[in-house]
Amino acid sequence: MDLIKINTENAFPILDCNNLTLSYDSGIAVNNVTFNLEPGDYLCIVGENGSGKSTLIKGLLGLMSAKSGSIKYNGLKQNEIGYLPQQTQVQRNFPASVYEVVISGCLNNRGLKPFYTKKEKTRCEENMRLLGIMDLKDKSYKELSGGQQQRVLLARALCATKRMLLLDEPMTGLDPIASNELYRIIKKLNKENGITVIMVTHDISCSLHDATKVLHMGKDMVFFGTADEYRKSEVSHNFLRCSCSNH
Amino acid sequence: MLQSLVEMLNYPFIVRALIVGGLVALCAALLGVSLVLKRYSMIGDGLSHVGFGALSVAMVMNIAPMAVAVPVVLISAFLMLRLSQNSKINSDSLIALIATVSLALGVFITSLSSGLNADVNSYMFGSIFAISDSDVTLSIILSVIVLALFIFFYNKLFAVTFDENFARATGTRAGVYNMLLALLVAITIVIGMRIMGTMLISGLIVFPALSAMRISKSFRSVVICSAIISVICFIAGICLSYLAGAPAGASIVIVNAVAFVLCIGIGKIKS
Repeated sequence: MDLIKINTENAFPILDCNNLTLSYDSGIAVNNVTFNLEPGDYLCIVGENGSGKSTLIKGLLGLMSAKSGSIKYNGLKQNEIGYLPQQTQVQRNFPASVYEVVISGCLNNRGLKPFYTKKEKTRCEENMRLLGIMDLKDKSYKELSGGQQQRVLLARALCATKRMLLLDEPMTGLDPIASNELYRIIKKLNKENGITVIMVTHDISCSLHDATKVLHMGKDMVFFGTADEYRKSEVSHNFLRCSCSNH
Repeated sequence: MLQSLVEMLNYPFIVRALIVGGLVALCAALLGVSLVLKRYSMIGDGLSHVGFGALSVAMVMNIAPMAVAVPVVLISAFLMLRLSQNSKINSDSLIALIATVSLALGVFITSLSSGLNADVNSYMFGSIFAISDSDVTLSIILSVIVLALFIFFYNKLFAVTFDENFARATGTRAGVYNMLLALLVAITIVIGMRIMGTMLISGLIVFPALSAMRISKSFRSVVICSAIISVICFIAGICLSYLAGAPAGASIVIVNAVAFVLCIGIGKIKS
C-alpha cells in the first residue's frame, strides 16, 4: 500500500481553519468557525439540521469561497481530499460497474489526459482490495446493497486521496449491521493507514466512540475540542438529551 | 423486398441520408446516455424546437439553413443550461418556455412570407430528401468532432454524470463538462433534425439509451450498446420509410420503440 503512515507526534496541523465565515445571498451559514486537525485525527462534525454542516463541507472542499477567515491545508491540495458525498437518487439506479465508479476517483489532478494509466488502475484495485469489494468488481453498482454501495464510494474516495477523507453522513439509510461494518472500516483506515477523517454525522453516540475530536456546530460555533472534553461538556449533554427525547 | 432495398441504394439522396443519419444516430446515442441519466432529456427536445425556429427564419431570409441554425442552437444550449442553474424559474418550465416561443416564432414568420408549405412540413416531421450535397461534408465534419470530443472526455463525462458533487470536489470543472455536453447535443440536433424532424429528433437521443440500459449493466457497455442499437434502428427505419413511403423520422422512432420493447423483454429474461 502506498498509503502513508504518519507519525502523529509533533506534527503540523494538516488542516487549519481560522475564523471561517461562509455566507449565501440569504445570509451567513457558517459564522466564525475555528478549528485545526493534526494528521491522523478523527473529527466528528455534529449539529442540528440547518446548523451549517453542509456549508462547512462546501467550504472545506473549495466549492465555496470564504467570506472571511481562512482554510489552510498542509501537505495536500484541496482537490486531494477523498470526499464521500451523500448519495443522490440518480446514483441508486445508475448503470455502472463497481470498477468504473471506483476508478473515477483517480480523475483529480490528471488534467486533460483522457485515459487512465496502469498506475491508476493498480491503485484502484488496491483500494478495492482494502475495502473488500474486489469480488464485486464487475457487478453493477445499482444491484448492490446500501452498505456495499457506500464501500464502493469509499474506495473511490481513497483513489482521490492518500491523506484525508471527508464523509458526509455516510450512515444514512444503512441498517445497523452495515453501519457498524462501515464504522469499523473507517476506524481501520484512520488507525492503520493514518488517514485523517472528517465525518459529518447525526449518530453522535457511535461517533464519539471512535472520534478524537468533535466540532459541534450551531449558528455560532458551539464547541470544538477533543472527544473526551466533549463528553464532559454541557453542549453534549444538552444535545444528547435532545436527541433522546426525540426518539 | 430485398430487391427494392438494393434498388434504394441507387438513389444518391438515400445514400446521403444513410451516411449523415448514421453518424447522427451514433452521436445521439452516445450523448443520450449521459443526457438521460442526468435528467437532461428535455434539453434535447427544447433545442430541436429552437432549431426549427432558426431554420424557418433562415428559409424566409434565404440564408443557408445550417449557417443560421448551428450558432442559434449552440447559444440556446448555453442559455438553457446557464439560466436553469441560476434562475428562479425551474429548468423544465424554462425549457418549455424557450421551446414553444421558438416554435411559435418559426411558424409565425413562415406563414407571414410563404405560408406553411412542404418545406416547413419536412422540418417538422423530417425527410430523407433534406440533405443536400454541401450539407453532407459539413455534417460529417461536425459529427466527427462530436465523436472525437466524446471519446476524449469520456471518463470526465462519466464522472460528471455519475456524481457531480464528487467530481467538483476533486477538481473536475463540472460546469464546463455540462456545457460541453449541451453543446455537443446542440450540434447533433441541428444535423439530425432535418432527417428526423423537429418533433421527433429527441426520440433518437432518448430511445437507444433507454433500450441499452435495460440490457447492460456497466456504463461502458450501455454506451456501446446504445450506439449499436441506434445505428441499426436508424438503418432499419430508413428502409421502412422507403418501403412504406412514410416520413423518415416517424419510421425511425417506430423502429426504436419496437427495439425498446424488445430490450425490456430481454432485460426481464436476463434477470
